[in-house]
Amino acid sequence: MNIPAQPMATSSVSVGSGESRVSKAKDKVKMNAQDVKVFYGDAQAINGIDLDIYENEVLAFIGPSGCGKSTFLRCLNRMNDTIDICRVEGKITLDQNDIYAPDRDVVLLRAQVGIVFQKPNPFPKSIYENIAYGPRLHGLARRKAELDDIVESSLRRAGLWEEVKDRLDKPGTGLSGGQQQRLCIARTVAVSPDIILMDEPCSALDPIATAKVEQLIDELSESYTIVMVTHNMQQAARVADRTAFFHMGDLVEVDTTDQIFTNPQDQRTHDYITGRFG
Amino acid sequence: MSISIEQRRQHRLMTIEKSLAKRHRKENAFRRMGLMAVVTGMTLVAILFVSILMRGVPAFWQATFYMDVYFDPEVVQLEPKPERESGESQFAFNERYSQWLTRAGLVNWQTLIDNALEEALGEEVEPRQLRDLRALVTSGERYALRDRFVEDPALLGQTVELKMLASANVDVWIKGNIDRDLPDARQQLSAQTRTWADQLEEQGVISNAFSTSLFLNTDSRSSQASAGLAGAFMGSLFMMVVVIGLSVPLGVSSAIYLEEFAPKNRLTDLIEININNLAAVPSIVFGLLGASIFIGYLRLPLSAPLVGGLVLTLMTLPTIIIATRASLRSIPPSIRQAALGIGASRVQTVFHHVLPLALPGILTGSILGVAQALGETAPLLLIGMNAFVANVPGTPLEQSTALPVQIYLWQGNELRNFFEARTSAAIIVLLGLMLSLNALAIWLRKKFETRW
Amino acid sequence: MSNLALIATLLVMMALAYHLGLTRSRAVAAEHDVRMHSRPGYYGVLVALWCGLPALAIFLLWSFLAPQLIDMLVTQQLPADLVAGLSDRELQTLLRRVTALANEQGVSGGGSPEELAAAGHMARLQTIENFSLVALMAVLVVVGLIFARRRISPNWRARNQVERVIMFALAASSAVAIFTTIGIVLSMLGEALRFFSFISPAEFFFGTVWNPRFSTAGASSQGDFGLLPLLWGTMMVSTIALLVAIPVGLMTAIYMAEYAPPWLRNVAKPVIEILAGIPTIVYGFFALIVVGPFLSSVGDLIGINIRTTSALTAGLVMGIMIIPFVSSLSDDIITQVPKSLRDGALGLGATKSETIRQVVLPAALPGIVGAFLLAASRAIGETMIVVLAAGNNPVLHANPFEAVSTITVTIVNQLTGDMDFASPQSLVAFALGLTLFVITLGLNVIALVVVRKYRQQYE
Repeated sequence: MNIPAQPMATSSVSVGSGESRVSKAKDKVKMNAQDVKVFYGDAQAINGIDLDIYENEVLAFIGPSGCGKSTFLRCLNRMNDTIDICRVEGKITLDQNDIYAPDRDVVLLRAQVGIVFQKPNPFPKSIYENIAYGPRLHGLARRKAELDDIVESSLRRAGLWEEVKDRLDKPGTGLSGGQQQRLCIARTVAVSPDIILMDEPCSALDPIATAKVEQLIDELSESYTIVMVTHNMQQAARVADRTAFFHMGDLVEVDTTDQIFTNPQDQRTHDYITGRFG
Repeated sequence: MSISIEQRRQHRLMTIEKSLAKRHRKENAFRRMGLMAVVTGMTLVAILFVSILMRGVPAFWQATFYMDVYFDPEVVQLEPKPERESGESQFAFNERYSQWLTRAGLVNWQTLIDNALEEALGEEVEPRQLRDLRALVTSGERYALRDRFVEDPALLGQTVELKMLASANVDVWIKGNIDRDLPDARQQLSAQTRTWADQLEEQGVISNAFSTSLFLNTDSRSSQASAGLAGAFMGSLFMMVVVIGLSVPLGVSSAIYLEEFAPKNRLTDLIEININNLAAVPSIVFGLLGASIFIGYLRLPLSAPLVGGLVLTLMTLPTIIIATRASLRSIPPSIRQAALGIGASRVQTVFHHVLPLALPGILTGSILGVAQALGETAPLLLIGMNAFVANVPGTPLEQSTALPVQIYLWQGNELRNFFEARTSAAIIVLLGLMLSLNALAIWLRKKFETRW
Repeated sequence: MSNLALIATLLVMMALAYHLGLTRSRAVAAEHDVRMHSRPGYYGVLVALWCGLPALAIFLLWSFLAPQLIDMLVTQQLPADLVAGLSDRELQTLLRRVTALANEQGVSGGGSPEELAAAGHMARLQTIENFSLVALMAVLVVVGLIFARRRISPNWRARNQVERVIMFALAASSAVAIFTTIGIVLSMLGEALRFFSFISPAEFFFGTVWNPRFSTAGASSQGDFGLLPLLWGTMMVSTIALLVAIPVGLMTAIYMAEYAPPWLRNVAKPVIEILAGIPTIVYGFFALIVVGPFLSSVGDLIGINIRTTSALTAGLVMGIMIIPFVSSLSDDIITQVPKSLRDGALGLGATKSETIRQVVLPAALPGIVGAFLLAASRAIGETMIVVLAAGNNPVLHANPFEAVSTITVTIVNQLTGDMDFASPQSLVAFALGLTLFVITLGLNVIALVVVRKYRQQYE
């Protein structure tokens, strides 16, 4: 299923309501989790989760804090490997290949499954170098011109090009919070991964920057599979095709965003979205 | 758009996969470099410790004579030890007693040792060989003999088995620390003495025994086999008392002021930089300060532990201030706010609530600072503490050396074969003291580590 | 009265004053049936302070000034013909003999009649001095006690006053560090200026020959005091040391912070810390008896002539000494780089070493450079290792296998033994010390500023 690349910066997809999004055909399973359990030392953080992630969908994880949604997200590109005491059981596949298989190269996996973090974390380098870092790392550009192209298209994709094109050599840390976060998204896009994981990408941003990032997510969803954790139910409702509700280490319910918000099957989901707890 | 995203992804995956092997090789090489650095560091340290232990530990055992010494009344021509008679004044008795002591000192105690050696060798020694004979036992032993007799005059006319240290050169010879095949001219001992030493060792008169001389004696030039650390230890002890007594209270109060009360302005900023800089000023500069101000200007005595202590205090002060400030800073502000909130004054807050919580950190920092001062050598050389001192200082104003300075002095002793080992032994003692201090500090920190 | 007894009595009086203040404040509270401003303990402390501090101040001032005053009076009393031909130093010696006689200690030769007379005079003066001190202190104690006790009233803010005294004491102790720096600068500057009255600064700073000629028998030539050979030696040894310490120390820090399993970190960190505490004399001895001979025999094997005591020996061992210093400083700095930066690079698919080399190290660079500067300053100021292992050969040459001399070694050589602050031979130590101080100060200040900026960046 080849989806042609969309012309950029012309898309005018509205900050969508759930309804308009359901209509997209999403059938191919990109990632699959079977009975995933995560332990921090002796404490179990995730109690056996099964989940399919479809190609080119936007999937949101919601739930009260400490419910394991970020932990699970970080399992999807093995970022949890960086925590010494963290242990993952079960099976997660990407295009039918087990990502926790012993011979699986985590470098390659992360090139396919990119991640954007809660707090913008640009490298203390220039804007250009921030974007060029990934492609250079993986040897994706042989010539300077190629690299320039990647940098420009990534920044355009992140809607940041017009704002920074005159100061590409200035430090990335000098941008505003929202710009920094979009820079980080552009940095991830520059490696052109299949899937982008976003861990509460807007929680450190003000409402206007949040709106921009949400719009960006919407545009990116044309060509990327996006899995995002959010604390904000309205955000899930605005951008996600499907929504998964986590509670105390369990995946309680996953369905189209519409279903989850209008007709939840589980009492806990109902209580959460109606604001009884969280 | 000619290239689809999917194609681009395929192409990209292949590109990445191709480069992976090389990148992982680099990764492993880097990790191995790190491990190698750690191993190198540890190995060097291991070599340092092993080489010092190997040289030093044998020095705690010294070649020792076990001989029957006959307190010959013909040699020890001394009237009985005076007893205080009834009606005699204390003064008159003291006078009499000290005269007796003087006469005891004039007795030729060496002859007793000579006789004992002759007995052990089973031969009559000709007068011209007396020098060779006397090279066997270290010269300090005749004074030990005198002291033993003064202690117990009943020994007169008796034969007692005594333990005596062999001279430094005999110790070296017996232990094989000198090449036995060297020609006579390059040997420290005469051929006769060497033969005797071997003979006595064979007879079991000389054997290698644990010796406390290193701990109990002071430095000595004439009797090097029994040169010890007692004087240097006392000197170091006095200095540490001065350092602890001055630098800890001064350092802690100045840290409290700077961290808790001082206004944050350019002056305190300057003080902060100044203290950090002082902590990094070479120690020898503090020695120059001491030489110029304490010795040159204030005319305090040379070689005195008090001056050494003052110099080391100034040197240690910044370390303690920095450690205390770090410790105070790690106390969460909530503790202060809580105390201020119930109406305590700022001084009360600090002394009743913050300081007790910061105490472990302050203690650790102070111990480390004192340990550092204990091992410091260079500044002490500049205030004359490298003088040769043959007695144990009784006050901090008397001449003295210190443990590290004693090490410096011994490593330069021309009797290399003997003093290389003795210096290593002294280093073991110093390191033992310092490591216990360090271990204490680490233990304290572990014990009280973050309680919130 | 001996000083010790005097201080002891004063402490007893202060304890008594504390008690009086305490009971008085309680009595006042009961009498007026009001709450006092402060708790009774504060009144006690305040009365004790009023009682003790003035007397203590007088005591300190007196012990500092009185001996000088007495010396002066005694000197005036000495027969003119005795004093006339004496130099300052001889006069000092004479006074010391007189003081010893006055305190009924013997002196060599028993003391001349003039000395005995002066000693008698001094003893009389000392009695007067001692008596008046005791009387003055007694008056101050009593007056302070009565005055403070009378002032006790519900409105007297005892706590505030006590706290003010505490604050003053705290501030005074933090001034000690300042005075130390001032003391260092002034003393070295003073003595160095005296040195420059013998030797011109140009001769000192640009001279290429070091040969201070200890023959002080009024020789016409002063000897050569060129700094350059020493500076060169210092730089050579320090450079070798840093070449050893920086790679090993930095890689150790990186391995410890990024790769080492927790158990290794728990073992290695205290070990490294302990290493940092080993006295330098021990390293010096190690260099002299192990490393020097080892290098020398390696040199024999490969056909290079390496001296046992050489720049290489000293530098190598100094490097070993600085490894823990570099590694613990760098470790602190590397662990301060936020985890989010590492995650950013790892999330893009960087390997661990790529993350470290391309993201963590550049981010930590200013701090690490600061650490290197501190290490350099430490190497330059290190003394005992070079005294023992560098060979003390103050000649300009570029061969690291040969012996050299350094600034610190020369300070030790020039200032041990005779403590005569009049000849350029010993005064030069202070000029060298000043040079050393300025160099290390420069390095330290730059390093501290850089590290501080770096810290603020991530706070």
